[in-house]
Amino acid sequence: MKVHEFQAKQVLARFGVPVPKNGVTDSVDEAVEIAKELGGSVWVVKAQIHAGGRGKGGGVKLARSLDEVRQHAEAILGMTLVTHQTGPEGKLVNRIMVEEGQNIDQELYFGIVIDRATSSPVVMASREGGMEIEEVAEENPDAILREVIDIATGLTAFQARRLAFGLGLEGKTVNKAVKLMMGCYKAFEASDAAMLEINPLMISKEGDVVALDCKMEFDENAMFRHKDLAEMRDLTEEDEKEIEASKFDLNYITLSGTVGCMVNGAGLAMATMDIVKHAGAEPANFLDVGGGATQERVEAAFKLILSDASVKAVLINIFGGIVRCDMIARGVIEAAKNLDLKVPVVVRLEGTNAEEGLKLLEGSGLGLIPAKGLAAAATKVAEVAKGA
Amino acid sequence: MSILVNKDSKIVVQGITGSQGTFHAQQCLAYGTQVVAGVTPGKGGQTAVDGQVPVFNTVSEAVAKTGANVSLIFVPPPFAADAIMEAAGSGVELVICITEGIPTIDMVRAYDYVQRKGVRLVGPNCPGVITPGECKIGIMPGHIHKPGRVGVVSRSGTLTYEAVGQLTALGIGQSTCVGIGGDPVIGTNFIDVLKLFNEDPDTDGVIMIGEIGGTAEDNAARWVQDNMKKPVVGFIAGQTAPKGKRMGHAGAIIAGGQGTAAEKMKIMSECGIHVVESPADMGAKMKEALGL
Repeated sequence: MKVHEFQAKQVLARFGVPVPKNGVTDSVDEAVEIAKELGGSVWVVKAQIHAGGRGKGGGVKLARSLDEVRQHAEAILGMTLVTHQTGPEGKLVNRIMVEEGQNIDQELYFGIVIDRATSSPVVMASREGGMEIEEVAEENPDAILREVIDIATGLTAFQARRLAFGLGLEGKTVNKAVKLMMGCYKAFEASDAAMLEINPLMISKEGDVVALDCKMEFDENAMFRHKDLAEMRDLTEEDEKEIEASKFDLNYITLSGTVGCMVNGAGLAMATMDIVKHAGAEPANFLDVGGGATQERVEAAFKLILSDASVKAVLINIFGGIVRCDMIARGVIEAAKNLDLKVPVVVRLEGTNAEEGLKLLEGSGLGLIPAKGLAAAATKVAEVAKGA
Repeated sequence: MSILVNKDSKIVVQGITGSQGTFHAQQCLAYGTQVVAGVTPGKGGQTAVDGQVPVFNTVSEAVAKTGANVSLIFVPPPFAADAIMEAAGSGVELVICITEGIPTIDMVRAYDYVQRKGVRLVGPNCPGVITPGECKIGIMPGHIHKPGRVGVVSRSGTLTYEAVGQLTALGIGQSTCVGIGGDPVIGTNFIDVLKLFNEDPDTDGVIMIGEIGGTAEDNAARWVQDNMKKPVVGFIAGQTAPKGKRMGHAGAIIAGGQGTAAEKMKIMSECGIHVVESPADMGAKMKEALGL
């Protein structure tokens, strides 16, 4: 679960991590008021959307007067911000953050992830602040310092010191950096984060260490024990169909093709998209109906797929294991009766009671097209999608 | 022979009185698996699955009274990591966790604990392990399998069934099928299972099914190149998956341009694995690789 920068900074602040003073608003007038209250002579106006690269897209502006704060707030609020992470359609900016300006001396990078190779959290730091860590990893991997965390102890002070000295910090700044890193790690573990990134981590001319930007993602599977964090979810940042799907416990992701796919199991759902492409068509979605493909869920899945106007044909691919194919066939038939099907539907059933299920489909009079085998089903659906 | 589990495996089912636990314990018993005990805290002394399985409060008690040596876990996500640690600390040799949706930090702790205890964990978020004709420890449909000499290892459930279905349809049986799970932190990886298949005299070849996300397949491919004496057929799901989107499984995500299917397939091919682009070709490719 992604959250906004201002929310991530609230979480960090709870764990004693220094962040610049700021305020968040959806109104231009209020933005100016926030700037006045913050005081000083330099402010930063930042678009709050769930995507990186905001600066390059024109969503982060420096203001040297209250008039400039107003100008930038007017420009950014309501703009459609396009960055390398938003896709070409961009994202509408509903909220901005106004933050006090800083006396920047150095910009560094700090991040924490769960590393799959070691099955541990890994803390990373680099002097290449402001750059994408993936780019640094590609071009100059030695520039990234890494500490693998023993989950029994968490980030230890000596590891944080090693990182601080490795970053070339000196004097009192070392201890300030250690304190920030320990705070970040505590925030990461205690709030079940999946990712934490401070880029840039700023060293000010006064020698202070401050989280100038912050990106956090939380583990959705752990949100049952973090009601406060779960409330930070911003549905306006998510795909409407994906939100609708989650209500029925369906895993749905919109893609750009014309063949709607309904499959049980995530791996088979991905493989089905792949074979559709192989057959010369493009999948319109990823959809895992899960193990218990009941009539209600099949119907909800159908509705989702058909609500996408670009869908020209549907492929239902079910490998009935514990779930019986005749049950699924009944679910598909009932769902199809309740909906006004205007596109051809190819159904491939395999596994328990597959024959019986196929007979039910053939006898339904709904024009469902049965197919035998994965390859044949894909070829068939690609064919009818083109014909439609 | 086979790997990990066989007809002598004695199973304790943790979470046996829940609907999933009861249903699948019944299915495992029907396959001929020795389900000797169940555990649900607070329900010790009762029986489950129509009186067929005694229930205990703790795994240690179940192990002491029944000699169970494998645990199968159906405990709900908030309590599953603790169930894994309980099993690992109570004398079983193998822990198979089916539960999907365990918080990652919990799994990091459980993984660390299991490692220190020297116990093998398979999963979580997996279909389990089956040695066809001997025992089924998991949620896979038993009847699509056929005893034989091809091993299957996979991050996905239904896609494993797909591969097994293709093999069986071609008359090729399976030695053991292992679902390692779709989560980012799992107990047993591809290399662990490939090593076991490599050493198993009754396995002639292996189908390895990966998916987008992480670098486990890349590492396994390099291991295969250096060590594997048997043909390996590989497939990667998610060739058409967009970047940055989690495809159902918690671990199936292309992050920062890493973990794409194309990249994995390239490395696997370079390392001598017979990579198929279409999931419909897994069985046929294995047949060809074995010269059958």
